[in-house]
Amino acid sequence: MSSPLLELKNLHVHYGAIHAIQGLNLVVNEGEIVTILGSNGAGKTTTLHSISGLIPTSSGEILFDGKRIDKTPAFKIVSHGIAQSPEGRMVFPDLTVFENLEMGAYLRNNKEEVDKDLHYMFSLFPRLLERKKQLAGTLSGGEQQMLAIARAYMSKPKLLLLDEPSLGIAPILVKAIFDAIVEINKTKNMTILLVEQNAFAALKIADRGYVIATGEMFMEGKADDLITNEEIQKAYLGH
Amino acid sequence: MEYFSHLLLNSGIFIILSVSLNLINGICGQFSLGHAGFWAVGAYTGAAYGVYLAPDFLPDFVNLFISCGIGFLTAALAGVLIGVPCLRLRGDYLAIATLGFGEIIRIIIMNMDTVGGPRGFTNIPLWSNLFWVYAWVAITILVIANILRGTHGRAIISIREDEIAADSMGIYTFKYKTMAFVLGAGFAGLAGSLFAHANQFLHPNGFTFMWSVIILLMIILGGLGSITGSIVGAVILTFLPEMLRFMGETISEWRMVIYAVLLILLMLMKPTGIFGKHEFNVLSFLAKFTGKKKEII
Ligand SMILES: Nc1ncnc2c1ncn2[C@@H]1O[C@H](COP(=O)(O)OP(=O)(O)OP(=O)(O)O)[C@@H](O)[C@H]1O
Ligand SMILES: [Mg+2]
Repeated sequence: MSSPLLELKNLHVHYGAIHAIQGLNLVVNEGEIVTILGSNGAGKTTTLHSISGLIPTSSGEILFDGKRIDKTPAFKIVSHGIAQSPEGRMVFPDLTVFENLEMGAYLRNNKEEVDKDLHYMFSLFPRLLERKKQLAGTLSGGEQQMLAIARAYMSKPKLLLLDEPSLGIAPILVKAIFDAIVEINKTKNMTILLVEQNAFAALKIADRGYVIATGEMFMEGKADDLITNEEIQKAYLGH
Repeated sequence: MEYFSHLLLNSGIFIILSVSLNLINGICGQFSLGHAGFWAVGAYTGAAYGVYLAPDFLPDFVNLFISCGIGFLTAALAGVLIGVPCLRLRGDYLAIATLGFGEIIRIIIMNMDTVGGPRGFTNIPLWSNLFWVYAWVAITILVIANILRGTHGRAIISIREDEIAADSMGIYTFKYKTMAFVLGAGFAGLAGSLFAHANQFLHPNGFTFMWSVIILLMIILGGLGSITGSIVGAVILTFLPEMLRFMGETISEWRMVIYAVLLILLMLMKPTGIFGKHEFNVLSFLAKFTGKKKEII
């Protein structure tokens, strides 16, 4: 078996005195969709931010492609092949949709390849094409989410980190967005680490899942097993 | 006539100051409150060159050019010293540090006898004229507008928009924040040198915190982030007090109150400033007349 694409080993993260991540172990293999579930404040965003280098880790290791990246600054992480679509979308509000996507491809020089990916994103999210010249800040919540995902994709990462893409979005659009995630994963063979509160939607498309609670691993397993697990159903699926 | 050309000269200097502050505050989104400090650094070092070092055999415009270069470099260096430690961090450290910097510079000058200390710096050669001031105005605007159009500009703007998102696009935000800040400081220093060689006299109290605020008002009035707005804001706030002066002594005394009222009115009617973040673009303006639209993508 080949080594995993991403590996967190006994990761600890503090915010001052708050011990937000307490010894997390996690593996993402190439080509997989892996989901991290957990309730508010469990530490999901913190985990993604530490992978992206946006917050410093206290101890433990983060390995990407076999190399340690836990001391690498955020702006270099992208060039290693990791891109994040941040929670709450965080598009550049005063730039147009098109300019936002260009920013996603900021580090890429091959114009032809970038154009190809732009067209791919526009075909995946036709709404963005219609609104190409609209300021991103004036898009609806769902459209901003699509843009955030597309913008992250535009750096053509090996690993795409998605932080709660279903947050505050109507069910019908959630389905469209999750379909797009699967499509990216299948046709582009892009590995995806998906943080979600919408456990059901996430487990339906994921290969494997991790459930974290107050910074610790609570449960992990195949998505199919988790979806039928009683504890999960009680806690997250509302059964 | 002379009075008018003096005003025009001052407004050119304030255009450089406001456009350069706009690069830091409006375009890059970093809150600097010390522009008068960088202005003072450039004014005093440029003037010191003029008084102590400038060789007589050089023509005035060459000496002015060297003086401007010195003003730019020393202010930019001050910008590096203040910016590098503050810009590594996110948040309001820069506002506090630049505020302190402006005052510290003033106190240092007060206590420097070679540049006149509290008596003021006199006998500065008259080298500035309308032509050279506006040549530098044009250069400042061209340099900054040109940076903005390229990929560097996008990076700088994206920091204002959302620094964390910019970080996660692979943008070395610290580098670009420093670039905008140091360049902005440098141009303020250049404006200082032009100012010194126009006025021929400098006094530390001419560079108080109040002036940092006035330059800030210029860019807020014009619209944070818009270069066109900064230019218009600078012109309005240089000419307005003079027009008020014509209206009589009492009105002139109420200058700052009138400023405040005007600003409050503007913010109520158009909170983003006169131009918002837009630019007046000759090409798109012409396109409106010819009916032709420039396709961007
Ligand atoms: N900048 C910060 N400073 C201090 N504490 C923080 C900070 N960011 C997060 N925390 C704390 O760390 C813990 C984990 O937060 P995190 O944002 O990772 O949760 P989450 O699982 O993403 O939650 P949600 O589903 O609500 O987004 C929380 O207790 C939170 O209060
Ligand atoms: Mg979160």
